[in-house]
Amino acid sequence: MPVSPPPPPAKAKITVRDLTMAYGSFVVMRDLNFEVAEKDIFVIMGGSGCGKSTLLRHLIGLREPARGSVLYEGEDFTAAGPEGRGKFIRRFGVMYQSGALWSSLTLAENIALPLEENSHLAPMAIRDLVSYKLSLVGLAGYEDYYPAQISGGMNKRAGIARAMALDPDILFLDEPGAGLDPLSSRRLDDLIVRLRDSLGSTVVIVTHELASIFAIANHSIFLDTATRTQGATGNPSELRDHSENPAVRLFLRRGGETDPSSQSKS
Amino acid sequence: MPSEETSPSLARWTVDGGRVVLEISGEWRRDGVVPEIHGEPPDEAPARYVTDRLCRFDSTLPAFILSHLRSVAKPPDGAEPPKPPLEGLPPDLRGLMELALAVPEESDARQKSAGPSELTKLGKLSIHVWAGVLSIAEFTGQSMLALGRFATGRARFRARDFWMVVQECGVQALPIVSLISFLIGLILAFVGNAQLVSFGAGLYVADLVGIAMVREMGVVMTAIIMSGRTGAAFAAHLGSMKANEEIDALRTFGFDPFDFLVLPRLLALVLMMPLLTLYANFVGILGGMLVGAAVGIPPILYWNETVASIDLTTASLGVFKSVFFGAVIAMSGCLQGMHAGNSSAAVGEATTRAVVASITAIIILDSGFAAIFTVLDI
Ligand SMILES: Nc1ncnc2c1ncn2[C@@H]1O[C@H](COP(=O)(O)OP(=O)(O)OP(=O)(O)O)[C@@H](O)[C@H]1O
Ligand SMILES: [Mg+2]
Repeated sequence: MPVSPPPPPAKAKITVRDLTMAYGSFVVMRDLNFEVAEKDIFVIMGGSGCGKSTLLRHLIGLREPARGSVLYEGEDFTAAGPEGRGKFIRRFGVMYQSGALWSSLTLAENIALPLEENSHLAPMAIRDLVSYKLSLVGLAGYEDYYPAQISGGMNKRAGIARAMALDPDILFLDEPGAGLDPLSSRRLDDLIVRLRDSLGSTVVIVTHELASIFAIANHSIFLDTATRTQGATGNPSELRDHSENPAVRLFLRRGGETDPSSQSKS
Repeated sequence: MPSEETSPSLARWTVDGGRVVLEISGEWRRDGVVPEIHGEPPDEAPARYVTDRLCRFDSTLPAFILSHLRSVAKPPDGAEPPKPPLEGLPPDLRGLMELALAVPEESDARQKSAGPSELTKLGKLSIHVWAGVLSIAEFTGQSMLALGRFATGRARFRARDFWMVVQECGVQALPIVSLISFLIGLILAFVGNAQLVSFGAGLYVADLVGIAMVREMGVVMTAIIMSGRTGAAFAAHLGSMKANEEIDALRTFGFDPFDFLVLPRLLALVLMMPLLTLYANFVGILGGMLVGAAVGIPPILYWNETVASIDLTTASLGVFKSVFFGAVIAMSGCLQGMHAGNSSAAVGEATTRAVVASITAIIILDSGFAAIFTVLDI
C-alpha cells in the first residue's frame, strides 16, 4: 500500500472539525467531528435542549464556534470573512424552528422576496414559482394570507416553502415535522427525498420524529446531553441496532430497551 | 445525451391526433436563458409530455407546468377536476408534480381583491374612526374599573412590575428631562431678556421664566418627553406581548390583563409625572438663572424675584395638569399596545399611533385647561 496520506475525500459537502459550541462560558457541546456527503439526508438528533438548533446556527454561520471549524466542500467557512461567506450562504436554504416568516408580508411575498432579490425573473414567473412552492407544501391558494392568519403547522410548512425558494444546494430544516399531522409529515418526508433526487440538494434536518428519521435519513449524528459531545454518527437504523452507546439505542427505541433482533427484520 | 449542448430551452404546444402534447427541451434554470414558448397554450391539460431533449432543470419547470395545469378551466359543476396525466415526464419531475397536485388548491382561500370604490373607502374610514372613538371610551372605562378594583384591593398585579415601571419612567427619565427643561428655561430667558431689557425691566425675566415654566412649559415638555419615551415603550412592549399570544396566556391563567399590565403602568406614570414636573420646573428656573447671571442679575436676586412671582395656586396648576397628562400617556400607550395587530409591523404602527395620539391629546387637554383656568380667573 502506498504510504502517502490519503487526499481529503472530495465528496464531503460539509465537514465539521473539533467544533466546540458555547454561549459565553457555558459549553453546549464540545469536540464535534462529522461529515455530510453530497446528497445526504443528514439528521441531527438529541434530547431537548442539547444544542441541535445551536449546531445548526453554527453550520449556517449565525454563531461563531468557540473552537474548531466548519468546511463546505473543503473550503473553510469559519475562517472566511463576511464577503467570503456570502457565496456559501447564497446556496443555503434555512427553515428556523419557530418558522420566522416575516410577519408583515404575505406568504407569497415571503417566498417572492428572496427570488426578487436574487434573480431577474419576470413577475409572472415569480408568481408561478411561488404557487408551485406553496403547492409542494400543500398550501396552494394561501398566497395572500399573512403568517398571523394561518395555523401553526401551516406556518411551519410555509417556512419550508420559503427555505426552498431558491432551490438551495443545502437545505437546513429545524424540526420541520413538529406540529404536523401524520399525513403532512409523511408528505414532507416524500418532498425532502424528491427534492434531493431532482435538485441534488443536501439536506440537514433537526428532528425527533423517529418514523421519518428511519424513513429518509441515510446519515445522522446523535448529540449526547450527558457527556456534552457527540454520542454517535452513522446510519440511524444501524445505530439503533448496533450502536455501542446505550443512550443512542435508547433514544432510537423511544426508551424501550428491547433486543434489536426482535425489532429489526434481520 | 449528445443533444444537451444544442437543444434550446423551449416549450412547444402541439396537437397530435386531437390530444394536446407538451414538448419540453433544453435547460430550465432560474439564472439561465428564459425558455421560449411556442404555440398557443390550449385550455386543457396536456395528455402527454415529450421530454427526450430536456436537460437540467430547477423549480422553474415544474412551476411552469403547474401554472398551466391550474389555469385550465375547471369543470362547470364545481366537481373535482380529474387528476391530469403526467405521462412522459422524467420520474423525479413527475414525483414533484404529484406532490404539488396532491392537495387541491384552496380556492376559497384566495382573497378577492377587487379595488374598493372611493365611497366604500370613505365609509370604511368613518367606521374606523368611530370604532377608534369607541375603543378609547371602552378602554377608559375599563381603566376606571381597574382603578376601582385596585382601590378596593381586588386588583391583582405584581408589585415588582409596578416598581420596575416606576424606575423606568422616574429615575431613568431624569437625564433627558433635565436636559430639555434646562434648555427650555435658557431659551425662555434669552427671548424674554431681549424684549424686557429694552423697557428697562430686565429683572422681570425671572417672573417670565418662572411663571411660564411652572404653568405651562415644565408640564407640557415633560409630558411630550414621556410620551415619546415611556408611552412608546408601553405600546411596543404590550404590542409584542400581544403578537406572541402572551396576553392570551395571562388570560388563561385567570389574570385580568388590565389589572396585570395596564394598572401598574397607569399608577406608576400618574405617580411619577407630578414629581417629574416639579423637577422640570425647578431645572427650567435654574436655566433661566444661568442666563440671568450672564446678563448681570445676581442669582439671589433672581431667585427671590421668582419666588415672589409664583404663588401656590400658580405653582400647583402645572402639577395638577401633570396627573391628567400622565394618565393620558399611559392609557394611549397601553391601548395601542393591547389593540396592536399580530405582526412586527403592527407593533411599529401601534407605537407610532400611541405617541401621536398622546401628544395630540396632551395639547388639546392643555388648551382645555387654559380655557377653564381663564374662566375661573386663576
Ligand atoms: N441565546 C442563548 N444564550 C444562552 N444560552 C442559550 C442560548 N440559546 C440556547 N442556549 C442554551 O443552549 C442549549 C442548547 O439550546 P438549543 O436551542 O440548541 O437546543 P435544542 O437542542 O435545539 O433543543 P430543542 O430540541 O428543544 O429545540 C440550551 O441549554 C440553552 O439553554
Ligand atoms: Mg431547537
